[in-house]
Amino acid sequence: MPDGGTGIGAAVKRVEDKRFLTGRGNYTDDINRPGQTYAYILRSPHAHAKINRIDTSAAASAPGVAAVFTGADMQVGSLPCGWQIHSKDGSPMHEPGHPPLAQGKVRCVGDQVAVVIADTYAQAKDAAEKIVVDYSPLPAVIDMNKALGGKTLVHDEIGTNLCYDWEIGDAAQTDAAFAKAAHVTKIDIVNNRLVPNAMEPRAAIGEFDQATGEYTLYTTSQNPHVIRLLMGAFVLSIPEHKLRVVAPDVGGGFGSKIYHYAEEAIVTWASSRVRRPIKWTADRSEAFISDAHGRDHITHAELAMDSEGKFLALKVDTKANMGAYLSTFATCVPTYLYATLLAGVYTTPLIYCNVKAIFTNTVPVDAYRGAGRPEATYLIERLVDRAAREMGISQVDIRRRNFIPPDAFPYQTPVALQYDSGNYIATLDAAQKAADVDGFEARRKASAAKGKHRGLGYSTYLEACGIAPSAVVGSLGARAGLYESAEVRVHPTGSVTVFTGSHSHGQGHETTFAQLVSEKLGLPMENIEISHGDTNKVQFGMGTYGSRSLAVGGEAIVKALDKVIAKAKKIAAHIMEASDSDIEFKDGVFTVAGTDKTLPFGQVALTAYVPHNFPHQELEPGLDEKAFYDPLNFTFPGGCHICEVEIDPDTGVVKVERMTAVDDVGRVINPMIVAGQIHGGLAQGIGQALLEGCVYDDDGQLVTGSYMDYTMPRADNLPSFSVGTESTLCQHNSLGVKGCGEVGAIGSPPAVINAVVDALWHLGIRDMTMPASPQVVWAAINSARPAAAAE
Amino acid sequence: MYAFDYHKPSSVADAIAALKGAEDGKFVAGGMTLIPTLKQRLAQPSDLIDLGGVKELVGITVSGNTVTIGAMTTHAAVAKSAEVAKAIPALAALAGGIGDPQVRNRGTIGGSIANNDPAADYPAACLALGATIKTDKREVKADDFFTGLFETGLAEDEVIVSVSFPTAEKAAYMKFDNPASRYALVGVFVAKAGGGAKVAVTGAGQNGVFRVPEMEKALSTNWSADAVAGLKVDAGTLNADIHASADYRAHLITVMAKRAVAAAG
Amino acid sequence: MPTVTMTVNGKKVSGEVEARTLLVQFLRENLHLTGTHVGCDTSQCGACVVHINGDSAKSCSMLAVQAEGTEVTTIEGLANGDELHPMQAAFKEHHGLQCGFCTPGMVMSAVDLVKKKPKASEHEIREWLEGNICRCTGYHNIVKAIQHAQQTM
Repeated sequence: MPDGGTGIGAAVKRVEDKRFLTGRGNYTDDINRPGQTYAYILRSPHAHAKINRIDTSAAASAPGVAAVFTGADMQVGSLPCGWQIHSKDGSPMHEPGHPPLAQGKVRCVGDQVAVVIADTYAQAKDAAEKIVVDYSPLPAVIDMNKALGGKTLVHDEIGTNLCYDWEIGDAAQTDAAFAKAAHVTKIDIVNNRLVPNAMEPRAAIGEFDQATGEYTLYTTSQNPHVIRLLMGAFVLSIPEHKLRVVAPDVGGGFGSKIYHYAEEAIVTWASSRVRRPIKWTADRSEAFISDAHGRDHITHAELAMDSEGKFLALKVDTKANMGAYLSTFATCVPTYLYATLLAGVYTTPLIYCNVKAIFTNTVPVDAYRGAGRPEATYLIERLVDRAAREMGISQVDIRRRNFIPPDAFPYQTPVALQYDSGNYIATLDAAQKAADVDGFEARRKASAAKGKHRGLGYSTYLEACGIAPSAVVGSLGARAGLYESAEVRVHPTGSVTVFTGSHSHGQGHETTFAQLVSEKLGLPMENIEISHGDTNKVQFGMGTYGSRSLAVGGEAIVKALDKVIAKAKKIAAHIMEASDSDIEFKDGVFTVAGTDKTLPFGQVALTAYVPHNFPHQELEPGLDEKAFYDPLNFTFPGGCHICEVEIDPDTGVVKVERMTAVDDVGRVINPMIVAGQIHGGLAQGIGQALLEGCVYDDDGQLVTGSYMDYTMPRADNLPSFSVGTESTLCQHNSLGVKGCGEVGAIGSPPAVINAVVDALWHLGIRDMTMPASPQVVWAAINSARPAAAAE
Repeated sequence: MYAFDYHKPSSVADAIAALKGAEDGKFVAGGMTLIPTLKQRLAQPSDLIDLGGVKELVGITVSGNTVTIGAMTTHAAVAKSAEVAKAIPALAALAGGIGDPQVRNRGTIGGSIANNDPAADYPAACLALGATIKTDKREVKADDFFTGLFETGLAEDEVIVSVSFPTAEKAAYMKFDNPASRYALVGVFVAKAGGGAKVAVTGAGQNGVFRVPEMEKALSTNWSADAVAGLKVDAGTLNADIHASADYRAHLITVMAKRAVAAAG
Repeated sequence: MPTVTMTVNGKKVSGEVEARTLLVQFLRENLHLTGTHVGCDTSQCGACVVHINGDSAKSCSMLAVQAEGTEVTTIEGLANGDELHPMQAAFKEHHGLQCGFCTPGMVMSAVDLVKKKPKASEHEIREWLEGNICRCTGYHNIVKAIQHAQQTM
């Protein structure tokens, strides 16, 4: 597509930017409703405690207070979990209750105990200090390794802290392959717990219309229809036609705004009691203890190889932290979004994985950018790196030797997935070139001359996204379908509004989706509006996560556009007195093939709504088409990330000198937006590798509870990135798109850590934990020094 | 934030009168530490007396071998002052590295040293350069001023007027940031003046900013990075947290001291 | 309650506020200038950056009463009518924003940078942005946008 175009492949500047750049965005906290009150949520200071008594009388009579509610008042349904996993013995997972307000017990710091509703936020907070809660603190389970077999139970009623004990693959065959292996490489991995930290803290406004009995919830959500369904059907028993959920501009999500949270239910429920709208906005410290966290796996893995370094089998044993309650999609993350990815880009014929999901007295853990796939990628790519070193094979050769070759697609892995396309050699070659790998040794020497250690690390990865075929996920325990819907409403004058069930919270859908319309209908961007985020406007939607918006939501738009074009062709044929099959449509103009008879799109649209000369026997008036699209398979983006670091041994500081990513994301609709998505993912991946990590103390207090202690990536932590795409097309959607939202965060952490290990290997350092903070790296170097000297 | 009454006097005398008239009053200078503390409800003063309107507390003068900085002078003003940069370049550089640009535009030297946050930068400069802190009542040597964590020799109703820094032959400040908060995890200010050397460390000490006599002694006879390379502060006197163990801090003090001496030339 | 008066985006405004009201609350709640955002409570994220008498400052870390008599510029006051300020235009041109939440503070901080250090290097730009956290862009395109605005401002 040449510059200046607005169709597929054009780097169109974003439609949404002007409002954000001029301060005219409309985020949830920017909304104020007439008569609005403010909610402050009193949260547990204890990781685990029995609540003996709550005295709210002083708070209730404090200035400005409209109401105070506790769990005794709010007897509603449990916050539901959307995915049921079965243990290897066939039993369903343990699914303890998750009340919006605590029922007699708190199970993590931050658990909701009471809500104060007042005229101002300050008054609500002032009053909350007058609530007296009589707690009996209980011992807390924080460390997953100590959670099983101990006496302390997060949920007494289930008698264990084990949520499920799940497996995939054939254990016996895998063991047999290990018995024949020439070499086995073993690794122990901790995938560090992260806090998503979208810059907009969560917020919610509940409103009840006494006249109609209708509820409205404004909320910071990635999927308003899902919230309507979960909250309406499972928690508050409000039928869909009486519940509107609006997710307006949302300031980032990264997964953390998928879930149905207690605060949404609390303000909605309470709005009908106090008969006034109620706004709740988290402050950042509150976000740290109430947003779902991410990752948090402990894994032991073993890779069996033949004497040439060819992978024979992989065995993985993982403990996954669920936190205190099951968040909406928590259970599928360490199973179907993790273990099914363990083949990666390699031909490993046998894989067995056991996953134990464990309750602890910590904030619930759920999907965070990548969700399961970064954990799988980190494991595989660290293991491959280690295997190469143990086998005396180069990092590149061991990968090339084991890649699924480009002509092997469709490729069936031993862990359920069937990859449709990819070319891992091409992305590796392109990344090596872009990273100037050839010049690395000279750069390493130059660093050494300055007393610094330089290292180079690879990650050749793959992920499954475009989530997901409903029938497949349904058979695996999903309690939802994962299709997407779109309505293309052509207006009488030929402009178009698209209603999509996808939700944009930074991804630029208003631009990318409009490009699809522009391409298909030949319309200029200014004649196209993309509408999302309001259940009263949009027919239905499953929302945005799992890099699914274009591959599923975009495809639904294309299907609806195809229906529009098909109907419009019939109308055009009628007007031009030709046969349907002779009508061609290109660049917004209908032509009778082989003639100079033409009709612009706008004329057809007008005819559809002013149907004086119209094929009434054959067609209904109007030009407004809808499509639901359920994908046939996951999509499989992949690629190669190469990281180059320089380490200052005196301080332990790791500086990312170069970060190169060449990704296969399928067809690129807007290269500017795709590059931006990859930049952001890389920053979060480097953040996980070097900076970010949750620390709980033994009592279950979150030590990293604010930006004073949780290290957010800042501009000076990161280099400029080198990103490129080297695409093969998805074979099962018409656009050929795969997804780009998560690849940066999935591929990069092992590249960074492999680079750190590479830089320090000569000192005798064999492993590195995430985050590789200055202290951690310095301590490793410091303890390696005497050992290295003795060698 | 809890509710309080707000006063904005225009003279030091009025400020002190306002404080004395309050049940539990507190001065606020730039507010870069106090406002966040109030937001977290970690303090509950009855009255806040804003020194932002007291013009006599603002300004930089250099006379002879002394740089005098008014208590309400912002870090940004010190950082961009050509006079400071000429007289004590290390001091201008230190001010230019405090917090972030927005903090530097509001935060003041008086607020910084009165608060004596153990991870603040200015206290290290005060000790190493041998500054004198002038209040409305008296003049105090920096060595007598900083008395512990968030503790100074200031009386409740005493206002810092200015801080005077003697120039040094050589001086430099090297800071290793806390990766998360960006406060000093370890900051070392070294100065050579009057035939002697001073080394002050912030960010690391259990009792806040402190001097390192062994390093001072070594540098007095041999002003070189090598002179301090083998000297280590006892880790037993240092802070430990998730970002840095006491051993790591002790190590960083030596590294930063070496780098500061090298930078000072 | 104290009355506070200041000039915001060229217009003289006043209002009655509790002394404990932060400047950002006054802007958002009293003046309905919701472009200035709050992203943290420890003065680190910079979503709330505005200009006070021409210097960038965090409006979450000062009281409304402390801004008495000052000239405040918020993101809403940066463009000239329908014409974007060169920094805003550069952010659009270089895709320097995604979700838009950190953007107002980021832009206000960047404008102050180019005014104070018109020739800042990439390294200096990244250091200046220490007080502005973005979770979406990885800063890559923000830096590019600021470099572009160095030419156009």
